[in-house]
This record gives sequence, C-alpha cells and structure tokens, in this order.
Amino acid sequence: MYDPTVARLTYRALLGRRRALILGALPLLLIAISVVVRGLAGADDQTAADLLGGLALATMVPIIGVIAGTGAIGPEIDDGSVVYLLSKPLKRPTIIFTKLIVAVAVTMVFSALPTLIAGFILNGNGQQIAVAYTVAALVSSIAYAAVFLLLGTVSRHAVVFGLVYALVWEALFGSLVPGARTLSVQQWSLAVAHKVAGGDLVTSDVGLTTATVLLVAVTVLATWYAGQKLRTLTLAGEE
Amino acid sequence: MAVEHPVTAPAGDQTRIHNIGYRSYDGPRLGRAYARRSLYSQSLRGAYGLGRSVKSKVLPMLLFVVMCVPAAIMVAVAVATKAKELPVDYTRYAIIMQAVISLYVASQAPQSVSRDLRFKTVPLYFSRPIETADYVRAKLAAMASALFVLTAAPLLVLYVGALLAKLDFADQTKGFGQGLVSVALLSLLFAGIGLVIASVTPRRGFGIAAVIAVLTISYGAVSTLQAIAEAQDSAGSIPWIGLFSPVTLIDGVQSAFLGASSAFPGGVGPSDGQGVVYVLVVLGLIGTAHALLIRRYRKVGL
Repeated sequence: MYDPTVARLTYRALLGRRRALILGALPLLLIAISVVVRGLAGADDQTAADLLGGLALATMVPIIGVIAGTGAIGPEIDDGSVVYLLSKPLKRPTIIFTKLIVAVAVTMVFSALPTLIAGFILNGNGQQIAVAYTVAALVSSIAYAAVFLLLGTVSRHAVVFGLVYALVWEALFGSLVPGARTLSVQQWSLAVAHKVAGGDLVTSDVGLTTATVLLVAVTVLATWYAGQKLRTLTLAGEE
Repeated sequence: MAVEHPVTAPAGDQTRIHNIGYRSYDGPRLGRAYARRSLYSQSLRGAYGLGRSVKSKVLPMLLFVVMCVPAAIMVAVAVATKAKELPVDYTRYAIIMQAVISLYVASQAPQSVSRDLRFKTVPLYFSRPIETADYVRAKLAAMASALFVLTAAPLLVLYVGALLAKLDFADQTKGFGQGLVSVALLSLLFAGIGLVIASVTPRRGFGIAAVIAVLTISYGAVSTLQAIAEAQDSAGSIPWIGLFSPVTLIDGVQSAFLGASSAFPGGVGPSDGQGVVYVLVVLGLIGTAHALLIRRYRKVGL
C-alpha cells in the first residue's frame, strides 16, 4: 500500500523550491508571535489557549493542510503529468494512500510541531495546554490531509474550495451557526484535545465518541473515494 | 506602402526575388493606449469570468452574490422594521465581509497573472506596442476595479435601500461617500498585494494559498496581539500593532478620517497623528506593490 518512489516524488513536489518557504514561514510566524506574547504578557494559560486555539488550530493547520493536501496531487493533475504516474503498474488506491501519508506527514511536521514549541514558549505546557493542542493539530492534520487530497482529485479549484471550507465554514459559519460546529474537523480534534487536557481551557461542542467516529469515517471515506476517483480520472484541458 | 516595386535584375542574371503579392498592413495603427485599454478591459472581464468558460464564472459570481446578499437582507430588515438607521455602517461592511473579499482576491489575482506566466504568453504581450509599465498598470487597475465592483456593489444596495426606507438623505449620502473612499483604498491595497504574490508563482493553486495565507494569517496575528495588548492594559500599542495587516490598516484609516467606528479591540481607533501614519503606510504599500510588479516583469522570459 505504500510506494517509496511515489512518496519521494511527492515530497519533492511539496517541499521543492518556494513551497517549503511558505510552509516554513507560517510556523516561524506562530513561534515569533508566541515569543512576543510571552514577552508582553508573561505566562498565562488563557492567553496560551486563545493563541493556540485561534491562530494555530483554527487558521494555520487548515491552511497548511490545504497546501499539503491539494499540493500532493493537484498540480500533477493540473499540468497533466499525472498520466505518467497513472501509466505505471501501481494500484490507484496505493498512489492515493502514499500521497496521503506524505501529506499527513508534511502537515504534521509544519503544524503540530510548531504548535508544541509555541505552547511551550507561551506557558511551558501549563495545564497540558501545549500537549492538548498538539494532539488536536496531529489529529486534524490527518483528517484535513485526507479531505483536501480528495478535493484535489475531484476539482481543479481544490485550493479555493478547501479554503472556503476552512475559512468560511469552520470560522465564519462555525461562529454564527452552532450546528455547523458539529460538522467541523476543528471541533472534532478539539474534542480529542479536551480528553487529553481535561481542564476547562480546551473545550469542544462535540462529544468524544462522535468526534472519533466522524474523524475516522471522514478520513477513510475521503481516502477510499479519492482512490476511486483516480481510477476514473479524465484529464481536462485548461479552461 | 503597398506600392509595387518592379524588381530590376541585371541582364543575363537569372536570379531574382519574386514579388508574390504580400502586402504590408496599411490600416490604422491603434497604438499603445489602445492595447493597454484592451488588456485592462479583458482582465476586468476575466476577473468575473466573462468571456471565459462557465466553470470559471461560478466562483467570482458566487462570491459577488455572497457579498451582496447580507446587504439586501439588512436593507429588507431596515425597511420592514422602519428602523432609524442601517444596522451596519457603510465603512464597517467591508471589514465584516473581509473573508469573502480575501477569497475573491486569492482566487482571481492568480488567474489574472499566473496563467500568463505558466503558458509563457507574457513575451507575446510585450511583442505588442505595450511596455512593462503598461502591462503592470493595466493588470493592477483591472484587479482594483474588479475589487471595487465587488466591495462597492453592496454599499450601493445599502444606500438605495436606505433611501427607500426614507432615512436621512444627507447623513446617508455622507456615509455612502466615506464608504466608497474606504473601499477604493481597500481595493487598491488588496489588488496590489494579491498581484505581487501571484506574479511570483506560475502555479495557480499555490498562488491562491499564498495570497490567502498572507491576508488571513496577518489579520489573525494582528488581532490576537491587539486582544492581548487590550487585556494587558497597554491600549496605547493597539493602533501601532494594527499597522501590520491590510484589513486593520484600512480599518485604521477609516476610523481616523472617514468617521468609522473602529473594529479594534476596545474600539480605540488611531488618533489623527497615527491616522496620518496609516494613510502613508497604505499609500506606501500600494506604491511598493506597483514598483515590485514593474521589477518582476522587467525580465520577460520568466
């Protein structure tokens, strides 16, 4: 199910040239802000939770997820070079699975790791906040990567749709319509984080069981459907 | 120009150039200004998907509708409840809808410039009588106009609705004018930032992500820092922090000079002196974006 060559090529496509720059710039910004905040405000659990929840988990993880998830397959489909990959004797689900692993790994490294570092800078892991948000980032990395990888195989405008989901649905609707929060990767991962931290600082609108079931279901279904989609892929010309 | 020149060959020499009747163009030459205007109008139409496939019309039109619908609802509510004023200030509307505006810039700025780079059509443009500055200005003006249409249309809806609801004419007109100035600045600023980022990469998808990242992450970072400054009782630093993201820049300019109430935490907008700095930074950023684009397109082949 895992093909090292495909993985190597995907890593190179994701991290080559300027992509690594933007992927690296976001975590650096988060860490820089944490240093500034620590300097300004000192160690404060509520501030740490706000910053990690509002900036790291709500904005940074989805954006990195979009870049890694759609970037793992989107450009190849876009410029048509995916036919060279598809013409190799590899099962299509294997290709998707390998690319998913790579996308998940990249998202985790560039979002969960800086979250942990930022958490330790902000309040030295007081009340398990740093660890809780890192777990949330790890969990949501998997789901985001799977969903956005699927989007990459379905649509040529995957990045836009991914961002619409991450910014408009999760951030805007999620804050206005409570029901929208039940269908949000962010809230599911917060449920897991809540279990880890245990306190009142990390809360979620979804129960742990629901969240876990939905997370697993979404990840598996998205990956399976992306594999199916790749089996019947038609290459369209540029509009 | 198309006068026949009889080819005179020296006697005995059989080699000659046959005149097979090609004619050079002697119609009107429309020139540089015309080419620039065409590029502008085509880019502006392209930003809303006009003259492109149905699929590429969907997103810009959808965002345009999403932008206008809340304004229409507010107007309907104001008319129905006979309110004394609109629920939202003209200047505040764009700040509330910033996610939609950012998405629009992010999706349309790359389609405006990235495809030219990717399919290497930029050299073809420059084989016409236009120069680098013409290309850059046409694209920038088209993007800013498209954004102005996007941001001014809901204000127009609000204004017409306010007049229909018989709100105070002078008051509404003043607010509408201030709103228009503010969204004009916003359009120029966002168009500049979007195009500079998009012109660096020939990959459309990557350009979209980069523009969105710059616009939203900077706003997220700035508003987080402002909230912390508010909580730490250092309200004096809030306006200075606001200088570091496009949305808060526009917010600061309009709350200093255009009678808007600030969306900053605590509602403290910049003072007049700080407001001048805000205006200078906004104009400086627009100028820098223009200069960077000119520099970017100096080397055509890339």
